[in-house]
Amino acid sequence: MKARPQAVQLRGGRVIAHLRDPAQAIYLALFAVLIIGWVLVTIDGGQFVTTENIVGIQQRSAALGIVAVGQTLAILAGSLDLSVAYLISLTSLVAAEAMTGGGMVPAIAVVLAVSALVGMVNGLVITKLKVHAFIATLGVALIIKGVVEHRYDGPAGDVTDSFQRLGYDRIGPVPVSALLWAGVAVAVWFLLRRTRLGYRIYAVGGDEEVARLSGVRTDRVVISAHVLCSICAGIAGLLLAARLGAGSPTVGTDGGYDLESIAAVVLGGTALAGGRGGVAGTVGGVLLLAVLDSIFNQLEVNSFFKDVVRGVVIVVAVAVYARRARERRTTA
Amino acid sequence: MLTMTGIGKSFLGVRVLRDVDLSVAAGEVHAVVGENGAGKSTLMKILAGVHAPDEGRIEIDGGPVSFGHPLDAQRGGVAIIYQEFNLLPERSVAENVFLGREPVRRGLVDRSAMEKATAELLDGLGVHSFRPRDLVRRLSVAQQQVVEIVKALSQNARIVVMDEPTAALAEHEVELLYRLVRRLQERGIAILYISHRLREVFDLADRVTVLKDGARVTTVPTAEVDTDELVRLMVGRELRDYYPPRAEPGSAGEALLSLRKAGNDRLRDIDLDLRAGEIVGIAGLQGSGRTELAKAIFGAEPFTHGEMTPLRPRSVRAAVRAGIGLVTEDRKAEGLALRQSVRDNALLVTRATGRGGGRSVKDLLAAVRISPPRPDQEVRYLSGGNQQKVVLAKWMTVAPKVLLFDEPTRGVDVGAKAAIHELMRGLAADGMAIMMISSELPELIGMSDRVVVLRDGAIAGELPAGPTEEAVMRLAAGEVAA
Repeated sequence: MKARPQAVQLRGGRVIAHLRDPAQAIYLALFAVLIIGWVLVTIDGGQFVTTENIVGIQQRSAALGIVAVGQTLAILAGSLDLSVAYLISLTSLVAAEAMTGGGMVPAIAVVLAVSALVGMVNGLVITKLKVHAFIATLGVALIIKGVVEHRYDGPAGDVTDSFQRLGYDRIGPVPVSALLWAGVAVAVWFLLRRTRLGYRIYAVGGDEEVARLSGVRTDRVVISAHVLCSICAGIAGLLLAARLGAGSPTVGTDGGYDLESIAAVVLGGTALAGGRGGVAGTVGGVLLLAVLDSIFNQLEVNSFFKDVVRGVVIVVAVAVYARRARERRTTA
Repeated sequence: MLTMTGIGKSFLGVRVLRDVDLSVAAGEVHAVVGENGAGKSTLMKILAGVHAPDEGRIEIDGGPVSFGHPLDAQRGGVAIIYQEFNLLPERSVAENVFLGREPVRRGLVDRSAMEKATAELLDGLGVHSFRPRDLVRRLSVAQQQVVEIVKALSQNARIVVMDEPTAALAEHEVELLYRLVRRLQERGIAILYISHRLREVFDLADRVTVLKDGARVTTVPTAEVDTDELVRLMVGRELRDYYPPRAEPGSAGEALLSLRKAGNDRLRDIDLDLRAGEIVGIAGLQGSGRTELAKAIFGAEPFTHGEMTPLRPRSVRAAVRAGIGLVTEDRKAEGLALRQSVRDNALLVTRATGRGGGRSVKDLLAAVRISPPRPDQEVRYLSGGNQQKVVLAKWMTVAPKVLLFDEPTRGVDVGAKAAIHELMRGLAADGMAIMMISSELPELIGMSDRVVVLRDGAIAGELPAGPTEEAVMRLAAGEVAA
């Protein structure tokens, strides 16, 4: 509220704002980690920049990346989704079973329909029954778990050979799975930047009451975000089924996709409370986690130590963002 | 253009508005004034569709309307600019202006059209200090208010209600607001302007309606009244409430707390002594810095410069350990853990600081006269009066030397109110120094041994025991007494 030359300050502030943008900070961090990794691996006597390694990073990050992009939508809308891991297991089984009996296209359609339905249930429980997203999606997760574990105790179904190519084929150094991830990321980025739904997701996550008083039907926005989030998880389920050549009741939970996807989103600078952030940051967050993984694998570091480092990275990143947000509040 | 007739509204059996008439014509600025609690905000919320009236009707252009939801009012051409803005800080100006009504072209949000329309509206208002793409959080309060006005204009609002629009503005920013109001007026927009500040009423308004205790006192052209008259209309009532007798003049003891040139970003140059045995009343309009003063003394939003003796606390903990307590304005959010028992709440401060203790809970509850004394009950089930007594009990466990009260009887029934007043007087008589903030002038005047009036974060003046309401209002509103 102090007197100040506003126009000048705002223009100067814009440049600083770009540097402070978490989405850019995460890419700086990614770059730094790449350099450090390269140095460490080289000292260790290995080779960091190999085709094998680059492909590996992309393949490792594709499934988590797709889930995390969907999770970004839920979190931006002020919600979150803990059911993605079990949904991935379920959809991998649905895909494999459907392909055993029928063609590839109907199987994909069934998977997307099942995912959308789960997302709809999540959204409805949160908006209509007013159950907090944490509990609502945890409950749905347990329901899926019960169904899956009751019916399967191991891999099932058979994925057609042509579909398995999604898992491992690549064009030059770029795996098809990475292209799929890029496609999903671009689609969601476009949705957030250019569609009414995208604008409203930010509005509802930013302040639900403000959105409501401005005429936004907030329930629909939250439900839509959850449907899209679940569809992303379904796509990840398809990808993992293609890799395994079958469906698996544990593929989602083994990958820890629920908490990892939330961690990647937050690492990418999206506020857990919603309303601020975006897909670009999430992609950076996923890549950062994948590069860390790759470095540890090459250095053959103990896996417990790996988890410790990942934990530290996430906590430090969020602490840095929180500090910046605080500074911003006091200077604005 | 707008006519409201016979509007009445009750909340939980308490009548907050009765038989209020209000009308405003195209291009007219109509001010609504009254003390805190006179019913101004409720009346505006009825117009905004937030509350439905129990009685009366609203007509726009001669046709009856009924707003069941804020959206209905918006579609009916009514825009409200609340004291607390309805903006998303993380989104741009244009995104905020068109929130919920984003223009689309071929299914996609037409960003450039949105920004262009916003820029045109800003140009139309003569505002060039920020642009449609700037994030709202980077704007000053005054600029955010401009965004709200632009939002109203983009909805083609024909009736704009401004609720205390200058409350958060600095002096030089008020000029900008004046200019905007006049531009809206030139366009034939009807404006309802709610304000405590009489100077603004005379500067801007064509007519003024005075509300008191939920009823309309009068509506007059501003040219036909003066400040004295208006103040009298606003506060004109008798002191019929009973208050416990004040301390003997001159009986106040030593200063238990002193401020010299104390300030922070909301307060400046505060000189104040709180003496044993004395109740000091703090008066002032909303936004004058009353609550900020209490929070600064209490270390919650500490002073950043100046002196405070015995010490300038940097944290609440330090303040409590130095013997300072605060009964907060919002007891539900800041004073009590609502889902915990009376016992847990009463022992909160002593457990948190490791001080005091010794007195049994039963003893405490008897001392603050909670009836019936049931230590295991959850606090949220108590009446407002009993809740406030629990807050008092909480402080009595640590026997503070200085106790600050912020709106101690808000939302409390008459009986409990008298009991709280007596308790406060009793604590003072036992040697405590008490500071009391109240928006209710009769209470403030009835209880205080002296009244300190704040305005714009500084002390505007001090009045001895038993001042008139007019004298307090004059100081608070910035009208120099003759």
